[in-house]
Parts: sequence; structure tokens; C-alpha cells
Amino acid sequence: MTATAAPALTDEQLDAFGSELDAIRERVLADLGARDADYIRGVIRAQRGLEVAGRGLLFLGFLPPAWLGGVAALSLSKILDNMEIGHNVMHGQYDWMEDPALSGTSFEWDSACPSEQWRHSHNYMHHTHTNIVGRDRDIGYGVLRMSEEQRWHPYYLGNPVYAVVLALLFQWGVALHDLEVEQLRTGRASLADRRELLRGIWRKGGRQVLKDYVLFPALAGPGAPQVLAGNAAANVVRNVWSFMIIFCGHFPDGTQEFSLEETAEESRGQWYRRQLLGSANLTGGKLFHVLSGNLSHQIEHHLFPDLPAHRYGEIAVEVKGICARYGIAYNSGPLPRQFGTVVRKIARLALPSRPRGEATPPAVEVARPEPALALAG
Amino acid sequence: MFTELSTRPLPARRLARRVAGSGLVGALTYPHGVDRYLELVRPRWTLNELRAEVVAVRRSATDSVTLTLAPNDLWTGFEAGQHVAVTVVVDGVRRTRFYSPAGSAHGAPGQVELTVRRHAGGLVSQHLHDHARVGTVVGLGAAAGDFVLPARRPERLLLISGGSGITPLLSMLRTLCDEGHDAPVAFLHYARGREHLAYREELAELAARHRNVRVLNAFTREDGGDLRGHFGPDHLRHVLSGGAAAEAYVCGPSALLESVRGAWSAQGRSTPVRSESFVPPAYAPSGDELGGTVRFGRSELSQASSGATLLEQAEAAGLTPAYGCRMGICHTCTCRKLAGRVRDVRSGELSSAEAESIQLCVSVPAGDVELDL
Repeated sequence: MTATAAPALTDEQLDAFGSELDAIRERVLADLGARDADYIRGVIRAQRGLEVAGRGLLFLGFLPPAWLGGVAALSLSKILDNMEIGHNVMHGQYDWMEDPALSGTSFEWDSACPSEQWRHSHNYMHHTHTNIVGRDRDIGYGVLRMSEEQRWHPYYLGNPVYAVVLALLFQWGVALHDLEVEQLRTGRASLADRRELLRGIWRKGGRQVLKDYVLFPALAGPGAPQVLAGNAAANVVRNVWSFMIIFCGHFPDGTQEFSLEETAEESRGQWYRRQLLGSANLTGGKLFHVLSGNLSHQIEHHLFPDLPAHRYGEIAVEVKGICARYGIAYNSGPLPRQFGTVVRKIARLALPSRPRGEATPPAVEVARPEPALALAG
Repeated sequence: MFTELSTRPLPARRLARRVAGSGLVGALTYPHGVDRYLELVRPRWTLNELRAEVVAVRRSATDSVTLTLAPNDLWTGFEAGQHVAVTVVVDGVRRTRFYSPAGSAHGAPGQVELTVRRHAGGLVSQHLHDHARVGTVVGLGAAAGDFVLPARRPERLLLISGGSGITPLLSMLRTLCDEGHDAPVAFLHYARGREHLAYREELAELAARHRNVRVLNAFTREDGGDLRGHFGPDHLRHVLSGGAAAEAYVCGPSALLESVRGAWSAQGRSTPVRSESFVPPAYAPSGDELGGTVRFGRSELSQASSGATLLEQAEAAGLTPAYGCRMGICHTCTCRKLAGRVRDVRSGELSSAEAESIQLCVSVPAGDVELDL
């Protein structure tokens, strides 16, 4: 499923491919300005408004419609906070605004995961080593078997169960991500080695728990049970939603994995191609893209992780065109279809299977047109 | 509620501030903090960030705009002659410039008057000219600077300003008048011509009301002022007749500062000349100056630039900045550049000379650079 599936492009062609993508990046960077600033401030205003409204409605949680409305508003607030705001701001997408409140190196989000650890596990480990088995720890999060290349073990019989638990508690899964649980499980690292990380998770997670499960319920007095249940429900909605979007980023059928050897000496063009082949997009309307934090444009996000994400939709048209010309697969589909293939993969990989080369053919239709141009070397 | 103008905060307002700043509200608004919610109700309602709202806009000369700012409760006042950092958002980017308040230090409490002269190519000054309206909110820094009058006010004073350098000196003059200072004060101001003369009426009124105050307007490019041309010994003789001893405070372009000092020493004057220069930031990008110096401000280290990326140069200097991908992807090495220009090795683009965040792993210095590292 690696270089064999990718069309053979010469080094010169890959360099030209890389230059075309570089040109997109530079053009967008030069164009950043009030439009982008207004956009992210608008999203922040919406998020803070939804948060205040949601918490307010939950105080009237003895009325069922108010409770449901409160859960909906608070869920949306947490989704926007984590995805379109937090994830993207922490990538440094808005560093150019020079606003300390939107600085990628200091932003903190409404999630149990300390932003400091996220920046390491996600921005560096995952985005640099995307889909390299053995390096990209987002492949299975150290808990699931998401690749044939992960050797089967009876532990993985529980794959579907672990996936459900991970989806429900996703913010805690993300929080524990940098601990490298699989290293602890196999005895290659001890808890003592991870004391600093644990302390950070304890502090951050503790403050989240204090806010959602102690202080807001306590303020509601007799309404405490409804507020507590509402906050828990909002956290779960956000967890499941972000799990679905994130698992659709790299695991749907048609996405490719890479080995350490074949990616050892990558050029910029090869790096771009790996990001493309390892990522998958979700199609949908404008609101869907905003609620996915524009991670529905996972391909564009992986090519340009530090460009403001609301630009990805515009860029996608060009990226798709470039991919078509170079004959590089551009994997895109609606959420139900893409997530369906992810669910099937989770179930299938619970059982023993043989490594690469033997995989089932892609179930989704992957746009892989013939190169339209004669690409001179 | 928190920042209405009044000499004494009302008890309700004090209580609201106490509650909003409490640990409980901090825990409830974690991780963003209470300011990130308050500012959406009213942008200057921040408990931890000094901000001000424009409450009056006045255009007194063709190229100047005078703004009256009402800062929030974090404002602690200023001394005449000091400057404040003003931060505005221009095309999405926060930009900070320094301006000296022009009002009296004893003036209306909680009011700051700034006069901004429009500079060709000046992002912030042009923005303020074109977009400052009543209700605009700007970031403000605490007053700073030691270009101030001594606590024991001088016996005889000569204030000399050029162009936008008028503001700190006008502040001194207004402050002295408010204090009932009765020793002689001469105010000599240089402008290109009548059209460019800010504060003409205010100065004339001060001179009319205070017998010890004398105001002279010098026009460098036209007749009609009290004096004509640039500062020289003849102008000095005109304002300080008979070689009277005086302390001088000068603010303006560096040429003005130099000629005052020159005339001072030529006439053998021994009284102090204190000065501050207003130099608008240069915008013309210079070519790569090889062999600049890289300064690591926090570590108090300097070294000649090797031409390598700033991440490599920092490591060569024995520092251990955080890094990740070393290819400009992950932003782990993002660091504040305090001064100087850098080139992005990916695009070849030259940065501005302002303080800003840069990625060390893909930036090479273009001339002298100072980092917050």
C-alpha cells in the first residue's frame, strides 16, 4: 500500500509538484489580513456566546427543552473551542495577528489535554511523521489496531470495544496521548518516567473537572444534577464528534501508510505527496466544515498546517487540480461513507490479518485520474 | 460599569470588579479567563489588560489628529513628557507605536490626549488618521520614559519642539500652568507652516492666560510665524535674550536636537539640555546585510551571525530552544523576535523590523537581530 500505489513520479516532477504547492502557501500567506482576523474573531464570539447561553440554559435544566437546548449550545461551544479555534490556533495559524490571546505557543483550550503536550504529540509528532507506521502515534493512539502493519495480538480482539470507549472519553484519550500508553503497557517505560506529563494532565484535567462537574453544578444549587448531567452530555457529544472527524482524517479506505525506510530522505515534494496520500477529506456544507474545524479539509490541513483553516476550502479547488495533473490520489467523501470504512477497519483489524500487500481493495471510490499533462522530467 | 469616568469608583463597580477578578470566576471561565468574555460585552472591560476607548477625535492641523482616550481602571496616570505604547489592529495585525500624551498630568482624571502625526508609509499613524472614531478601542501601555521635569521645577525653562515632538513639551507646559508655576517658560515650536501647526489656539490661550509663558511659532517653509527657518543661534538669542540661563527640553527630529546642542555649546551655556528624538520607523527594506549580530536578549548573549538558521545559531551559542520538525511545520520553535529583520528560508521573504513571532528553524537573520531567547 505504499510507493507501489503511488504513481511513479520522477524527482524533477516531485520538485515541480512541491513548488506548485509552495506557491499556493506563499500566495495565501501574502494575502492574510482583516478577513482572516474577522473570521476567527467571529467564530470566537459565536463560541463564547454559545457557551454562556448553554450554561445559562442548563441552570433552567428542570425544564426539559431548556436542558436539551443547553446541552446543544454547550456541545457546539466545546466543538468550536476545540476544533475551529483551539486546534487551529495552536497550529500557529493566527500567530501573524500578534495577538497574545491567539498565540499558538500559549493558547489553552477547553479540553482535558494540556495544550503544551498537544503541541508536541500533534503538531510535531503527527504532522511531521504523518502515517509513518512506528512514528506517527495517531495510528491507533497506542490503543487500537488501525493498520495491518501493527502486529496482531489477542489484546486487539477488543478493538471495537476500545474504539467505543475511546470515542466516549476522547478528550481523556487525547490527554493521555503523549504518555505513550503502549510503552507503559509493554514495560518499555515506567510511570516514573512520565511524572512531569502526568502532573500536567492532572493539573489541566483537574481544572476541567472542577469547572464542569463541581463548580457549575454547585452554583445551580438544587439544579445541580441537571447541570452536571448536561455538562457530561456536552463533553460526550464533543468527544464523539471529534473522534469521528479525526478518525476520518487518516483511516478511511484509500489512505496510505508509509514505512520509516521509504520516508527517510524525503524531499519537500515527497513530503507533500505523503501528506496527500495519507489524508482524506470529508465533503459537506459550510456549517459542517466549520464544526469539523475545517479538518474536513484534512488534505489541505496536512499540506499547510499553519494556514488559517477557513482558507482550506478555497485552496482545495487548486490542490485537487494539481493532484489531477500529477496523477496523485485525492481521497474525499461524505462523512457516513468515510466513517463507515473506518468502522469496518476497526472491526476487521480486531482479527488476525496479514501485513501489507494483502489488503482488501479500497471500498471507496478514490479519484485517481490519469495524468492529464505530459510531465516532462 | 468597570471603567466609567469618575474620580472615585462607585461601590457597585468596585464590587463588580472584585467578583469578576475572583478565583471562583477565574475557575468558571477557565481556560480562557474572564477578560475573554468581558471584552465581548465591551472591549475595554478587561481586568488584566490596559485598554482605552477613544472618546473624542479632533483634527487641528492637516497632518495631525488628536485623540482623547479614556483608559480602563488599570491606568495609573503619567508624568508630563512620558510616552505610552498604543496598540491598534491594522489589517488584522496588532501593531504598537509609542506616543506622548499632550495633556496636563493633572488634567481630567482618566483621560489621555494623544496627537498623532501622519507619516507617509506609517501603518499605525495612517490607520489612526483614517479609522479612529469615538468608540474605537486601543491597547495601551503604562506610561514610561524619563524625559520628565525634575520634581523641583526649573527656575527658567526653554521648551523646543519640532513637528510631532510638540506633545511631551505641551504636556509639560500644561502641567506647569496647572501647578501655578510662575517662573518664565518659553515655548518654541517648529512646523512647516500654518497648516501644519497643531495646537495653535491652545498655545496662544496659554500664553494669554499666563504672564510667565511665551509662545513662539517658527515656520520652516513659509512666512507668517514668529520666526522663520530652522533653529539656529539667532533663534536662540531671540527666545533667551541677554544670555539668560535656562534649562532646555527638546523633542523633535534628530537634526533639531543636534542644532540646539550645537548652539548651546557655542554660546558656552552650562545649563542642562534634555532631549528626546522621535524617529519614525524606517520601512524601506534593506538588502541582506551579512555579518550582522544575533543577540539572545534573555540569555544576554551576542554573536556574529553565521548565516545559518536562528535555531542552529541559538544551538551553536549553547542555548536549547524548543524545536520539533525543523522544517517549519510544527511551530514548536516559535519565538519572539524583538528587533531586526529575518528572511524565511522557504519563501525568501524578508520580515518587517517590528517585534513579532517567528519560526526559528526557517528564519535566517538579515542584519542585526534580537531574539527573546
